Amino acid sequence: MDSGLISGIVTAIFIVVFIGIVWWAYSRGNKQAFEDAGRLPFEEDNAPISKGEKNE
Amino acid sequence: MEATTYNYKVVRQFAIMTVVWGIVGMLVGVILAAQLIWPDLTFGIEYLSYGRLRPLHTNAVIFAFGGSAMFAVSYYIVQRTCQVRLWAEKLAAFTFWGWMLVIVLAAITLPLGYTSSKEYAELEWPIDILITLVWVAYALVFFGTIIKRKTRHIYVSNWFFGAYILVIAILHIVNSAELPVTMTKSYSAYAGVQDAMIQWWYGHNAVGFFLTTAFLGMMYYFIPKQAGRPIYSYRLSVVHFWSLNFIYMWAGPHHLQYTARPDWAQSLGMVFSLMLLAPSWGGMMNGIMTLSGAWHKLRTDPILKFMVTALSFYGMSTFEGPMMSIKTVNALSHYTEWTIGHVHSGALGWVAMITIGSMYYLIPRLFGRESMFSTKLIEWHFWLSTIGVVLYIAALWIAGVAQGLMWRAANADGTLTYSFAQVLNTMYPFYGIRLIGGAMFFSGMLIMAYNVWQTTRLGRAVNDAPIPQAVHA
Repeated sequence: MDSGLISGIVTAIFIVVFIGIVWWAYSRGNKQAFEDAGRLPFEEDNAPISKGEKNE
Repeated sequence: MEATTYNYKVVRQFAIMTVVWGIVGMLVGVILAAQLIWPDLTFGIEYLSYGRLRPLHTNAVIFAFGGSAMFAVSYYIVQRTCQVRLWAEKLAAFTFWGWMLVIVLAAITLPLGYTSSKEYAELEWPIDILITLVWVAYALVFFGTIIKRKTRHIYVSNWFFGAYILVIAILHIVNSAELPVTMTKSYSAYAGVQDAMIQWWYGHNAVGFFLTTAFLGMMYYFIPKQAGRPIYSYRLSVVHFWSLNFIYMWAGPHHLQYTARPDWAQSLGMVFSLMLLAPSWGGMMNGIMTLSGAWHKLRTDPILKFMVTALSFYGMSTFEGPMMSIKTVNALSHYTEWTIGHVHSGALGWVAMITIGSMYYLIPRLFGRESMFSTKLIEWHFWLSTIGVVLYIAALWIAGVAQGLMWRAANADGTLTYSFAQVLNTMYPFYGIRLIGGAMFFSGMLIMAYNVWQTTRLGRAVNDAPIPQAVHA
């Protein structure tokens, strides 16, 4: 196998993997999971910022 | 017993040092800009000559300022979005002291003239080994924390940080392969065009994964937090992440257009650079659209102004970069001031401004406060920085294009129209404007330092911020 064929195959695999990722990201079934993930930075805000040192 | 608090100590140490190293690195930059106008500024002292200060400037702003910022925010975000305390805290402390030692060693060896002469990888081999040790410790702490997370999903910022940590490790180890001769001198393991190829594979991915991927992770956390709403499209951020990773690795050859490097490799670098426009602008739109429905906040909140301006510069420089990688454009722009302008549009406009905005969010929280000492001073800092960057890059655009055109101008008989000195003479006014712009950006950092100092005086260091006990998805 020459290097041209190998790089052709690798390129094709990468394209398929990438299309797979896009499909996975935008598939209907994953919509809710990703929306939940997007709210992760806000899941913490139940606890107010502690004023100075505080043990809990 | 399971920890119920976050480790803020190491975050705070790195956050404060971010401001300190930002000032040091940018001061050296201002001195360099002045040296271009007044070459005898430092009285011919060899340790302060342009050639020795220049790597000190680049290393200080990228690895000391940018690096400290990344350690701070990645340790902060990984804890808060995984809702666990850092794993292996002694190692985390080692990354702080180890990284500071690297910076101090750089500040000593570079002015003394010890250099491996590889751009952005100038440090000699003993320091390279120390960097490797610190970086492996960093990877262990970061991924260890991810592994013990309480949340199901790994937030997108952490994906960006993970890619950054992994790729920088690979780049550093491969590009720093060298044969030591003495304690302070080594030779690259590669020769000729391979050496150049590996150097710019390293060099451009340092831009791609250190200055872009890492700071995008910062953006994906702090913009939603400051705007008070989740990222516009989380799914787009996933595609953004993977497409950057797929493409960035191959863009490096655009640093070597029209050199001894094979022509096909030059074209490859150009094509991949052009492709990068798509994910870059996708990410920029994702950040900016997060503000949709909350645009009014931009009027009153200077922190958000910093972040959105940073994204605008990110969009601008990721359009400019691909354009400059086109071979015919590169024929004009390469080796001119335009390149320096482009770098600073990315480094000051994007990296520094997103960092400054994030630090203004982060630092008060590390000192038990809701906000910085003075919002008015943040506003001042914002305008000084913005006008400073615009002056800087506009001056170097004009200077660079003029320089490129003058260098290539030829008379009918084939001789050059302008001598090198004539071209240099044309540069003076633009060097002056650049110095003013850079000095403005630098003075903004001094305002920040005062504001941070006052904030730390009014607040109390938080060492035990509680982890929310209700575990979410």
